[in-house]
Formats: sequence, structure tokens, C-alpha cells
Amino acid sequence: MTVGQPQVLEALGQVRDPELDEPITALGFVASCAVSAQGEVDVRLRLPTPQCAPNFAFLMAADAQAAIAALPGTAGVRVTLVDHYTGQEINRALAGGGRFCDAFPGETAGPDLEALRELFQRKALLARQGRLARFLLADGLSAAEAVALSVSELQDGDPEAARCLALRRALGLPADPAAPALISGDGARLDAADLPTWLRRARLVGLSLESNGAICRGLLAVRHGVPDPTQEVQAA
Amino acid sequence: MYEANGEKYFVLDSHSHFWDASPENWVEGEEQYAKGWIECFHAYQGLGPPETHWSIEHFMKYSADDYEQDVFVDGHVDMAIFQSTYLKQWYRNGFNAIEQNAELLERFPGRIILNGRFDAREGEPGLRQLREDHARYGIQGVKLYTAEWLGSSRGWKLDDREAIPFFELCQELGIKNIHVHKGPTIWPLDKDGFDVSDVDHVATSFPELNFIVEHVGLPRIEDFCFMATQEPNVYAGLSVVVGGLMHARPRFFAKVMGELLFWVGEDKMLFGSDYGIWEPKWQVEGLVAWDYPDETFSDYPRWTTEAKKKVLGLNAARLYGVAVPAEFQVTDTSAPGDRTDAQLVESA
Repeated sequence: MTVGQPQVLEALGQVRDPELDEPITALGFVASCAVSAQGEVDVRLRLPTPQCAPNFAFLMAADAQAAIAALPGTAGVRVTLVDHYTGQEINRALAGGGRFCDAFPGETAGPDLEALRELFQRKALLARQGRLARFLLADGLSAAEAVALSVSELQDGDPEAARCLALRRALGLPADPAAPALISGDGARLDAADLPTWLRRARLVGLSLESNGAICRGLLAVRHGVPDPTQEVQAA
Repeated sequence: MYEANGEKYFVLDSHSHFWDASPENWVEGEEQYAKGWIECFHAYQGLGPPETHWSIEHFMKYSADDYEQDVFVDGHVDMAIFQSTYLKQWYRNGFNAIEQNAELLERFPGRIILNGRFDAREGEPGLRQLREDHARYGIQGVKLYTAEWLGSSRGWKLDDREAIPFFELCQELGIKNIHVHKGPTIWPLDKDGFDVSDVDHVATSFPELNFIVEHVGLPRIEDFCFMATQEPNVYAGLSVVVGGLMHARPRFFAKVMGELLFWVGEDKMLFGSDYGIWEPKWQVEGLVAWDYPDETFSDYPRWTTEAKKKVLGLNAARLYGVAVPAEFQVTDTSAPGDRTDAQLVESA
């Protein structure tokens, strides 16, 4: 049984922009996705501008390639970054299974981009936990009750909570049912007295991620006519 | 000058350009980057109101007459600061080199403040050039673009060792306003190019210099805000925030303004239109008319007439030593928005 386009698109939906913590499919970064009868997959990724940061671009392309290669029935996979000022370097490294340091020899301090990925996972976790906490408080919980809550008491199937737990696992932070529902960067339970401060910080980080996502979507809409479901004003 | 509801605003546009990105100026073999760069800017223009959009041909190269009309006649701008961006790797005579900008300086005496630039990787020749630019044009400020490519290098950081002599020279010559524009790349490439922690380091090391972070550190507005709270000599340049968000994303714009007023404060925010990406007219008028959309924004500092006057011109005038007539000054000197939460950052 060879792989089909729906499975490939589903796999691509698990790949996130590491900077925005949103799926590349929802962001409109997948320009095309072709699957041959033999199971050869050809995916083209297109970012909002040719000047998008090469390191994040590489992470998305490499993650997409790995996600598709892991699908059963895939005979071969080629992911190409199009319309990008370091596309040549990145595509050459991707085709050879290389890492970021192979794409830009001599221009990196480390071999891969895991430290960069972790930095942004931490931002995403803070932003998402902040939204989760505001939701809990709006639901009538006091600050003390909110910080006392454990993972097992979070609503089943809440996508925000599920993503928080996935990020916590990825970062090696506690995510078991007995762990606190809201945690600080080192995995500890939050103090109720610190909650207003923590919420202010989380809101700003969340706004930053949302604004950047909005700018990316706005540019894709203007440059390539990609529909933007979040837009507030009709693009000209 | 802009007047609305009996209030007069002195407008000092802290971020203005006079560029040449026409095909005649593209470096042979680098055309795709020269073209890609200006097309990207042109796409940004699309985030402004439709009636302010230009054709790509006009956008690539506009005239001194266009500048006068859009900025000084229609745009309410009293004075504009020219930021030099070279990008000579892609544009033969530079994108908007200081020599190009100086043409307008002669044509509009007293209305243009010319800023220079430096690149820490240029070493001795770069230091000499900075001295010359200061002697010739009397520059009080520089614009630094850290993501500029140079030879095999794709960027630099303000706290790189080779940058220190440049800041020392700035301090010696009185070039006290350092506009910083971060971009997608630095060395090493596996680090976040947009990171602003290098600004934090040099702001501490050079307390006599002012560091104006353009585009409020976007896309790292959170890191910028936390840093600006700590450093008294770090300012927010509002270009792109107003042009890119006020029309296209009014709710985001409201949140961003609220956060900036809270963390950075109305005394440290500088209006910049980023012309020719966006015309100043709709931005100045829009900012003066602007308020939060509804009561869900009630925990942010208010956007008062005083705040508008400071942000539109008085703050930049202070940094550049521009004497502003009394009719434009703020009348009410009540304290700016609540900043008692500045210590928030320490509990990170």
C-alpha cells in the first residue's frame, strides 16, 4: 500500500513553524504537495518572504521531510524550499540528508538547531499556559485554585492544554497527571502571588507570537493571494 | 505640523528613506536579491490602506518631488530623520547611501536630519569613514543593520568585540543616537538573528548613547520590552508597528500599543513612518485619532494627547536636540502611564 496525499497532508499538519508554534499547513506555507502512484512525495514549501530566517526555514523543511519519510508506504520524499534567498544551500543539504551545519559550512556554532528550537518551545509554552490560565480564571477559579490545579484536572480534549503538555514533554518538563497544570520554566508549581506578574509576561509573549503569525499571513495574502482566515481587514 | 481638535502636533518622523532600488542600480549577478528585497518591501506597503498603494515601478525609485509632496506637503511631517541603508552587495550605489540622502539635505534645509551608519566588520577603514561622515554631515546618529551580508559573513552583533571601537568613537564624536535594526541573520547562523540581547549589553556598557530599536524589536517585541524596562537609554522605534498593523490589524495594533505603553512608556516611544514603505499622512492622522477599540483594553495605559505629542515628535526632538516651539509642547505634565510593574521582568 503506497502513501496517499491525505496522509502526507496530515503528516505535514504535525509540522510546526518553530517560531510561531502553529502548523505549517494552517499558516499556508505548503505551496504544493504531489504524490505519485509509486509513493514518491514531492512537497514545496513557500515562506512569507524570501528573507525569512534561514534557520527557521531549515527546521520546517527538515521536519517536513522527516515527518513524510516516517509514513508507511513512502517510496521517496523530496522537500524543496522555493522562493528563498538561501534556498539553494538549504535544498542541497536537505537532498543529501544533511544538517543545518552542512547547509552553511563554517557559518554555525553548533551542528544542529535544537537549542534554537528549545528557546521557542519555551516561549510557546509560556504563551499557551497564559491563555489557559486566563481561561481558568474567567471560568471562576481564584488565583490560588488555578495554581493548585493538576494536569489530571484539566479539561479533556482542550487543544490548548494538549499542546502545553506536548511542549512540556518535548522540553523534559513534568507532564504526568499529578503534575501542576501550570508550571514555571523550571517545572515548579507557580505561586498564586506571582500569578498577575506571570500573566502579564505570558500575555506579551503570546501577543508577540500572534503578531508575527499575523504579519506572516498578511504577507502571504498580499504576495501570493493565500487566503488569511485571521484577517481583520480585507486585503487589497 | 498636524492640527486636530485644537491641539497642535510637531511631527518628527524618525524613520524615513529616500532609496533607489531601480533595476539600473542592481548589482550584476545579484539581481534576484535586489529584486526580492524591494518586492518584499512593496508587499509590506500592501498592509496600508489601498488608496496609498504604489505601483512597483514607482516604489523602486521615487523622486525628490514625490518625497516633498508625500512627506512635507501631505504627510504633516515637520522634520524627518534619514536612515542610511547600504546593501551594496545587491545595489551598486547602495540602497539609500548617505550621499543619496545628502541630496535632499541640500534641498530641504533644516527639515532633514541625516544619519550615517557603520558596520563593525569594516575595521579601521570603517572607523575612518565614520569620522569623515561625521565631519562632513555632522551626523548625530547612525542606523545599524545587523543582518547585512558582507563577503562570506551574513551578519554581526552589537556586542561583537570589533564593534566596541565604533561605539567608543560614537561616544567621542557625540554621535549619540544608535538606531538598531535587527534582521533574519547574524553570525553564527544557528542563533536567533532577531535576538536583542546584544543591544542590552551595549546599552549598559555605553550609558551616554541612546539605543533606538527600530520596529520595536519585531518579531521579538517581548524580548525588546523586557529589555527596555531595564535599560533607561533604550527606546522604541514605532516604524512598521503603525504602518504594518494600524490599518491591517487594528486589534493587534491596539494590543501592541497597550503593551508598549505599559512596558516601555510614552516617554521612550518614537514615531517613524518608514516612508517610502508607507506614507506618513494616514499614519499621523490615524495615530492622533486612535484609541483602544473597547473596554477589554482597560488595563493598559491611556493614549492621551500628551502621549501623542511626545510619541509623534517631542521624544525624538529631545534625542536630537531639536528646539520645538512652545505651541507644540505638552501642557499637562502629569505622570506617564503606570510603570510600577517594571520589576516584573526580574521575576522572569
